[in-house]
Amino acid sequence: MLALLQYEFMRNALLAALLASIACGIIGVYVVVKRIVFISGGIAHAAFGGIGLGYLLGIEPLLGVVPFSIGAALSMGIVGRRTRIPEDTAIGILWAIGMALGVVFIGLTPGYAPDLFGYLFGSILAVPASDLVLMLIMNAAIIVTVITLYREFQAISFDEEYATAMGLPTERLYLLLLCLIALTVVLLIRVVGVILVIALLTIPAALSKRFTHRLSTMMALSVLLCALFTTGGLWLSYILDLASGATIVLFSGCAFLITTVLFQHQ
Amino acid sequence: MTTMPPENGEIVRLEDVWLHFDGVPVLEAIYLSIQQHDFLGIIGPNGGGKSTLLKVILGLLEPTRGEVTVFGHTPEQGRRYVGYVPQFSLFDRDFPISVWDVVLMGRMGHSKRFSRYSDEDKRCAENALETVEMLKFRNTRIGTLSGGQQQRVFIARALVTEPRLLLLDEPMTSVDSPMQTELYELFESLRAHMAIVMVSHDISAISIYVDTVACLNRKLYYHGTKELLTEDLEAAYQCPVELIAHGVPHRVLKEHE
Repeated sequence: MLALLQYEFMRNALLAALLASIACGIIGVYVVVKRIVFISGGIAHAAFGGIGLGYLLGIEPLLGVVPFSIGAALSMGIVGRRTRIPEDTAIGILWAIGMALGVVFIGLTPGYAPDLFGYLFGSILAVPASDLVLMLIMNAAIIVTVITLYREFQAISFDEEYATAMGLPTERLYLLLLCLIALTVVLLIRVVGVILVIALLTIPAALSKRFTHRLSTMMALSVLLCALFTTGGLWLSYILDLASGATIVLFSGCAFLITTVLFQHQ
Repeated sequence: MTTMPPENGEIVRLEDVWLHFDGVPVLEAIYLSIQQHDFLGIIGPNGGGKSTLLKVILGLLEPTRGEVTVFGHTPEQGRRYVGYVPQFSLFDRDFPISVWDVVLMGRMGHSKRFSRYSDEDKRCAENALETVEMLKFRNTRIGTLSGGQQQRVFIARALVTEPRLLLLDEPMTSVDSPMQTELYELFESLRAHMAIVMVSHDISAISIYVDTVACLNRKLYYHGTKELLTEDLEAAYQCPVELIAHGVPHRVLKEHE
């Protein structure tokens, strides 16, 4: 493994995996305990529209994804809360619209079509150094927000109605949490791609939930597990010569299945 | 900042309160007055609007029409003096949170925003857990406790703000019988410090400890006494009701074909 580090693309890939793990471990805990896996999956898929937008505008695709996925997250949250449309219906509709927009935007882009496979299923071996800076900034934003609003997010995750009764601005907090999920999705796109994002948002957090009943401990554990899965999956993909994103997801999935079976027999 | 409410007299007043969901009336022309140290039981069939009424008092639901006053203020301002124990089924037993953190959460509306819990918050949480005799479980995950113990923790969460009015929504659901008696005794001891409103679909659960009983099925049948009028019960439940001897649990029996 150490020999691999002489390659710059490998060093970047490892750094990207570790950076993504921080945000993913922390935000994944909220996704799992607040049971908002479906909306997170919706945000991740809709984010594909942002990649198309980035190509169409001729900017760095990840920069197109940030506003687009935040927009998708806010639309799903607001439509689900304030209109008569049920939230899961809104998610389903926006999920597909986001992806469709991505395809149309890319079709409208002059020149030949870019390689979409990397955005759909991850391209961690092709992370440029500029992306690492963007990932660092987004991580910082996520960590600062979660530290500042730790109690508030805990309250709306555990019992949103009670939090409202205590005078918390629960809807705004929920929408902010969705925006943090959107940022995390952007961080994870390079690692596993929009389609596989949901695995890394759920598996490490769901596993860590078995070992603790404190949200903060769960976050720390989940970050560690996420780092383990992404780097371990990356290494496995290298020695087995398989697609990195898919290997990371399958590695996490196996770990989850094995622990589930082990815990069932205890 | 709101001023402290008066020590005596009326604390909650509902005047001609109506509430519609999608045009369907859920509450109709409700008049209600709650005094300091009252222990009011509200009974009625499921779907009769009992939880809705509590949420109107808390300001979680806005009435379509009518006026609600809580400690002389709007419900939003007045609810800092109100403790609330919501219906039991609403919580995820798998949630990773300790008893201590659940109770502290009750302080959030009172302590400073965006900061850690203060020493006063912690002292209040300790007192509240002491009151419900659950302090020794402070580090336990709440989902592992029995139904009655969980209910005590939620009562502590409501008491942690030292409220002047306690709203209990079906507090005896998933609490076994011996524990129910203990809970009633707890409410009895709390009455020295606050008024209590308790909602239940079970008449027998409510009759012994409360001062006054109201029946709610869209309309509120209420005379400010503990005596239940057969006409009121029948109007509320829309079925023949048999009241068996005063002082022992009443029963509602549906007439057989």
